[in-house]
Amino acid sequence: MSANNGVIEKYLRTEKLPHIWCPGCGNGIVLNSLIRAIDNAGMEQEKTVVISGIGCSGRASGYLKFNAFQPVHGRVLAYATGIKLYKPELNVICIMGDGDCASIGGNHLIHAARRNIGVTAVVLNNNNYGMTGGQYSPTTPENAMTRTSPFGHIEPPFDICKLAETSGATYVARSHTYKPRILTKYFQKALAHNGFALVEAMCDCPTLYGRLNKRGTGKEMLIKQKERAVQLEKAKEMSTEELEDKFVVGEFVNKVKPEYTEQYDRIIEQVQMEGF
Amino acid sequence: MDKGRVAVITGNDAIAKGAIAAGMRFFAGYPITPASEISHYCAENLPKYGGKFIQMEDEIGSMAAIIGASMAGAKSMTSTSGPGFSLMQENLGFAIMAEVPCVVVDVMRFGPSQGVATVPAQADVMQARWGTHGDHPSITLALSTVKEAYELTIRAFNLAEKYRTPVILLSDATLSQMSEKIELPDPGTLEIIDRKIATVDPEQFQPYEDDGSGICPFAPYGSGYIWYTTGIVHDETGFPATSDPDKLAIQIDRLYDKINHNLEDIVQVEEYLTEDAEVILVAYGSVARAALATADTARREGIKVGVVKPVTIWPFPEQAIKKVREKAKTILVCEMNHGQLYWKVREVVEGKAQIAFLGQYNGKLIKPEKILAAIKEVTVGVC
Repeated sequence: MSANNGVIEKYLRTEKLPHIWCPGCGNGIVLNSLIRAIDNAGMEQEKTVVISGIGCSGRASGYLKFNAFQPVHGRVLAYATGIKLYKPELNVICIMGDGDCASIGGNHLIHAARRNIGVTAVVLNNNNYGMTGGQYSPTTPENAMTRTSPFGHIEPPFDICKLAETSGATYVARSHTYKPRILTKYFQKALAHNGFALVEAMCDCPTLYGRLNKRGTGKEMLIKQKERAVQLEKAKEMSTEELEDKFVVGEFVNKVKPEYTEQYDRIIEQVQMEGF
Repeated sequence: MDKGRVAVITGNDAIAKGAIAAGMRFFAGYPITPASEISHYCAENLPKYGGKFIQMEDEIGSMAAIIGASMAGAKSMTSTSGPGFSLMQENLGFAIMAEVPCVVVDVMRFGPSQGVATVPAQADVMQARWGTHGDHPSITLALSTVKEAYELTIRAFNLAEKYRTPVILLSDATLSQMSEKIELPDPGTLEIIDRKIATVDPEQFQPYEDDGSGICPFAPYGSGYIWYTTGIVHDETGFPATSDPDKLAIQIDRLYDKINHNLEDIVQVEEYLTEDAEVILVAYGSVARAALATADTARREGIKVGVVKPVTIWPFPEQAIKKVREKAKTILVCEMNHGQLYWKVREVVEGKAQIAFLGQYNGKLIKPEKILAAIKEVTVGVC
């Protein structure tokens, strides 16, 4: 057993390592935080399903020793809905990139949140499509350079946490890869939450987004994250201009509302009691 | 549960009842004419059996949800019509690749795009075969009566479970909306097939290890196994095997072989008065009804007409066509489309009989009189 208390051997398919992510990529840090949260939560591996989308973050499920699959692009939450509704006793974790979650999968995100179905959504937001070569995503900031916005991006970005919150998610939090322990804390709370929980992890893509926007090395980008992150309470006192190139971190939502599959089970109970 | 009794029900209700009788306990759908009544029936009745219904945000989500539920062990189904069927194609491919059993009902309506929502057609036949990208097999059944809607839905689940693959059921706007009398069998008398479940030591389990039958045992989520899969070409471990050309071919072959090595079990075709027939009508779905009636009428007029009715459109019943092409002078394919299965029949006939096509694509069922007229037209100077 190694110095990590066996977490690596227990949860990672070590034969699949090293992972494919670039030096400086934040995905590995997020995965690290996630498996520590899973370990802390004491989740049974055979009762847990991890689904990951397409893109760099999509590779995460393949490194994990859980029931896991990587289906078509953008539909992770819809598969999760089927699994969770049919077998609510399973823990279902969805790992998505910003494009997978908020662009091609945006419809499933808002509806899974609206239903408050008890799955955990982990969003790795690196502000671009990395796997396909650095195109703009729905979270790419205005004016940013990407391969498909070579003259500067003219679209405003989505705030995924706000999107989830207004859609009805009952646990929403954001942190970043400079703070892996905070990520672990949020993941753990999301895993324990009874309802739709989303944690957005801001992470860097130094190879594409970073290089195209002259953000420096992976290390420099990581340190910069600390400066860009603004606590929720502090952000409330700041102007839009002051929040430029920053992102707000913290727990945005943590509330109790009826969970979808429990509501459905009550219908079954009621219908069966009435007889047919 | 319905017990051996006579009922007058619609095609859509028969599909839903058949599915529940087959053990379907998860349904996801999105409203669409002329398929919505299947959703209505499932929404109302699945909870009685402890099953789950959900109306998803779109047909892409519906297809994904039934795949997810099936991976957790459910017999699952969705129903739709042309526009929704188009949206389901990508996930249909995932279900084929990951070998996830499920049933997809396409109640065919008229035309491409929105077409006409309320009138029948048979123009999704090739989409059922080739709608999702890449090489893949297809099991597709066509429904021609309400009785078949019930029975073939059960069979669709049996085939899906047995061969670990999605199965497509093709109904049409008329059949799904019309009512007929059927006798609902006692559920105890039905042949119900459940997927082969993994029994090996979880440490030894490989999700796509062929046990010699060509069909790999399934480990539903939550049953004590831990496994990985992907829509990426994978090997027996479920993990991508994209750098080895041999493994790429093996995966595609395996998908085809499990169907092609079991054609005797899968292919279903009905023949009517084919023995001495000089004219063979090839018709399926609603059109088969008119074709069968036409055979009787034509014989009363002295024209020896028989019918080959493919029940499984895919895999196509080639042997039945090969048998009749030797004796019949003319093979007339009747379809409510611009010519789809016609090309397959033509391919199998290989020029050994005259081949003719009666296609009607105006939203109306093909009437027996029209088929009879077509027979007379194509047989001038032949019979």
